[in-house]
Amino acid sequence: MFDRRLIQYFDWWLLGITLVLGFIGILLIYSAVNAGDYNSGSGLYIRQGVWFAAGLGVMTFSFLFSYRRIDRWAPVIYAVCIILLILVMVPGVGMTIGGSTRWLALGPLRLQPSEPMKLAVIVLLARYYARRIKSEGLVLKDLLPPMVIAGIPFLLIALQPDLGTAGIVVIVAASMTFFVKIERRTFYALAVLIIIALPLGWYLLEDYQRMRIMMMFFPERDALGAGYHILQSKIAVGSGMLYGKGYMEGTQNILSFLPEQHTDFIFTVVAEEFGFAGSIFLLILYLLLVSFGLNIAYVCRDPFGTITAVGITAIIFWQGIINIGMVMGVMPVVGMPLPFVSYGGSSLVTMFLGVGLLMNISMRRFVSS
Amino acid sequence: MENGYIQKIDPDWFRKRLLVAMLLVLLVFVLLGARLFYLQIIRGEYYRELSSNNCLRKKRIEPLRGLIYDRNGRLLVDNRPCYNLQVIPNDVRHLEETASKLSEFAQVDAKEIESLVQSNRGPYGYAPVVVKKDIDRDLMAVILSHSHELPGVVIATGAKRNYIYEPLAAHLIGYLGRISEKELKAGVYPHKRGNDMVGRFGAEKAFETQLSGVPGEMIVQVNATGQVVRVLDKEPARPGHNLYLTIDFRLQQKAEALLAGKSGAIVAMDPENGNVLAMASSPGFKQNAFINGMSGKQWQELITDPEHPLRNKAIQGQYPPASTYKIVTAMAALEEKVMSPATTFYCPGFLRFGNRAYRCWKDSGHGKIDMIEAIVESCDVYFYHAGKALGVDVIADYAKSSGLGDKTGIDLTNESKGLIPTSEWKRKTVGSPWQPGENLSIAIGQGFNLVTPLQMAVLYSAVANNGTLYKPDIMKSIMSVSGTNVEESGPESFGKLPVCRETLEIIKKGLYDAVNKRKGTAYWHVRSEQTPISGKTGTAQVIGRRLDDMPEDEEISRKYFTHAWFIGYAPSNDPEIVVSVLVEHGGGGASVAGPMAKEMMLTHLNPYEGDDSAIGADGRE
Repeated sequence: MFDRRLIQYFDWWLLGITLVLGFIGILLIYSAVNAGDYNSGSGLYIRQGVWFAAGLGVMTFSFLFSYRRIDRWAPVIYAVCIILLILVMVPGVGMTIGGSTRWLALGPLRLQPSEPMKLAVIVLLARYYARRIKSEGLVLKDLLPPMVIAGIPFLLIALQPDLGTAGIVVIVAASMTFFVKIERRTFYALAVLIIIALPLGWYLLEDYQRMRIMMMFFPERDALGAGYHILQSKIAVGSGMLYGKGYMEGTQNILSFLPEQHTDFIFTVVAEEFGFAGSIFLLILYLLLVSFGLNIAYVCRDPFGTITAVGITAIIFWQGIINIGMVMGVMPVVGMPLPFVSYGGSSLVTMFLGVGLLMNISMRRFVSS
Repeated sequence: MENGYIQKIDPDWFRKRLLVAMLLVLLVFVLLGARLFYLQIIRGEYYRELSSNNCLRKKRIEPLRGLIYDRNGRLLVDNRPCYNLQVIPNDVRHLEETASKLSEFAQVDAKEIESLVQSNRGPYGYAPVVVKKDIDRDLMAVILSHSHELPGVVIATGAKRNYIYEPLAAHLIGYLGRISEKELKAGVYPHKRGNDMVGRFGAEKAFETQLSGVPGEMIVQVNATGQVVRVLDKEPARPGHNLYLTIDFRLQQKAEALLAGKSGAIVAMDPENGNVLAMASSPGFKQNAFINGMSGKQWQELITDPEHPLRNKAIQGQYPPASTYKIVTAMAALEEKVMSPATTFYCPGFLRFGNRAYRCWKDSGHGKIDMIEAIVESCDVYFYHAGKALGVDVIADYAKSSGLGDKTGIDLTNESKGLIPTSEWKRKTVGSPWQPGENLSIAIGQGFNLVTPLQMAVLYSAVANNGTLYKPDIMKSIMSVSGTNVEESGPESFGKLPVCRETLEIIKKGLYDAVNKRKGTAYWHVRSEQTPISGKTGTAQVIGRRLDDMPEDEEISRKYFTHAWFIGYAPSNDPEIVVSVLVEHGGGGASVAGPMAKEMMLTHLNPYEGDDSAIGADGRE
């Protein structure tokens, strides 16, 4: 039953890059939380290390069996994640932190169901598209089920409210859909529909969310709120110059000019302390990760595997560029963790699970089940 | 075969699409890399400079507090420029040293400066802390000439509140005071910092949120000496809204002129909507003293003055209503049908009840007298009969339904409730049962009864407008600086007088005749040729609640003098103004309070008489 070729085709590169990213994350979190005299020592980096180990365990588990079984289990996985999301909304069950209700308390741990939900949407969509795909492209009728598949979690997550994660669900679903091709006239019709719907969406956004989008285009309009953060973030990134100020030496970092520096703004730490050299290194790691992900889709010979690989790669790609773009002032400020690096257990474990699936697809490319 | 879909699509079809995706990914990463290059290499020096030396400062832009106008748009309160002494904590090298030097120059305790700076330094220590507001030119010169030995000490321009016509309407407009440590900690005023001023009294307090505005902020780059080199970002302050009061400047001036040298209060209201046209309390105080700071001695004098200048007697002063209360007893008697308008009694100048004689104010007696005549001539004996028949609890029901014994709900703090006693209240509070004789004193507004001048104005307004009790209103509108209406107040009714139309007509007839019939208590002092006036006098006993030892002796000290009341409205047929006058220890209601109320009414009804400024403003000669 156990095929020698599984080891032969094991993707050591993918594993290596993932481990390096996770390790960099712990290093940066340590600096973000502990640099300077103002901050009392905090054990957040230890917790991240524990999550890192847990992620490795989950990853190992995820490539022990063939990914083709996931094709069968996709609806169940999806349903379980939806139930968890609904549980979050039940008063007394969901945990509210900073005005958002996103978590389930499991003893000392906090689970954020919206993170695994992303993967659940990907596998269910992959299962659907693998059966519906055709060379002339999908027509509107084919697109209705995917809209429901992505729409339900989008609404549940947006209500928490967590616009960043909800947005990623839609963006990833859209990326997969474009990948499997939309029939040309359907594409145009959809484009027109979206242009009409945009103003409506604007109307539905919360004030602070609208302000953040405005902020991206006109940062000078509000110096106090989001604009101030973007400015401080740009100062942190820019002041790193070529080689940075040195580990734990970032002045913006030490003076805590930015909130959430260990989560959403973690990239400012690498940019400030390791400069252009360090930032480009991190950027290249992400580029490699995305390229390897697409390569796995490229060499995989069954549609479910290919589409799943594209979906997982899309999460890494979009979260990476939106987060880094936000820190550099070219994307709006939305709560979005940097994959593998930002502090946060649910996000880290989900990312490892995703990479585990990629490895699974990669090592079974020549094995028929 | 389970994966039957494999044949449907050729892996090469996917591969073309994957290549396109890879190209797009590459393009995005190149763009991100370019942005990184731009920020870190091309603009790197600039951002390094911003981040080093901590040269970014957040500067607060103070909002201007909203202005206060009277109902006709006359400016009553504005802001004047001033100079504030500030300290920037991080630029001070040795706080102790700087504080002790500053304390020499500025006469502020060194310890106080230190604690002020420490507690307000904020997370980064770059926000200036105000040490002393509104410093004079001499001090400014001293500070500037010593600036080299005072690093981190700066002088900034600011604005201070200015009460243009002080002490005009001092109690209604109120004043500002320094925010307390406790309020800061509790976050009562989210936009305020230490040493800021907040509304402490009157409209300044009631409309604090609307008036205060929201501060803005600038992010500036400063050089090593703290000078601003450039402004990086700016969020302008949002100025406070302007407040238009319901009071009429001219009428307010008149009220205060009438009260000059007396202790008491005048309230004028529009009976049709509850708008307060004037509210004066005497003696007053100077509001600017609160802004400029006053000495401990000045403050002691203000709070120990036996005439309570800081108290707004119109809403905080509680007095026995005396004969002005007789209309409540009359309403109760008519509605409960214990009497009809035609019911007559004989007044010999006293009523014997139990083993005591309850005296009428008129020793010789009123003779045979009916309901309207009893109101007109304010016959005590007639209302003793009513009180005997009704009992305290029935009268209290009517009084409470008429808005007495509870706050009117005016937008001012510290309003008193007054007191309408019931038998249960006395058992609980005083601890003894209600005595039948007390029903008699209650009926003529003595005994435990206490009301505020404003409550009586609301009650008489309701009589004037045929029964509606309006919440007194001091805010006409609130306008943003750009001139849009933020809030506007409309009449707000909180109830109806508990009487039918016929009863009201009888009361109104009584109030009319009290002024316009020769026998009326107010005939000689209040009747006017120009306009029909209705109203009721009252002379409240201050001490010795027993009616048979009323001190009328001119010789005894002033504090034993009765309080003088007059409450009325004009014109009687279509009332436009209700005036409630109370003069503490003033003597007789008719002779003291009556003419004051009359003059208020005539001033209101004759818009241009005796007011040069109003004529000038209108362009008339």
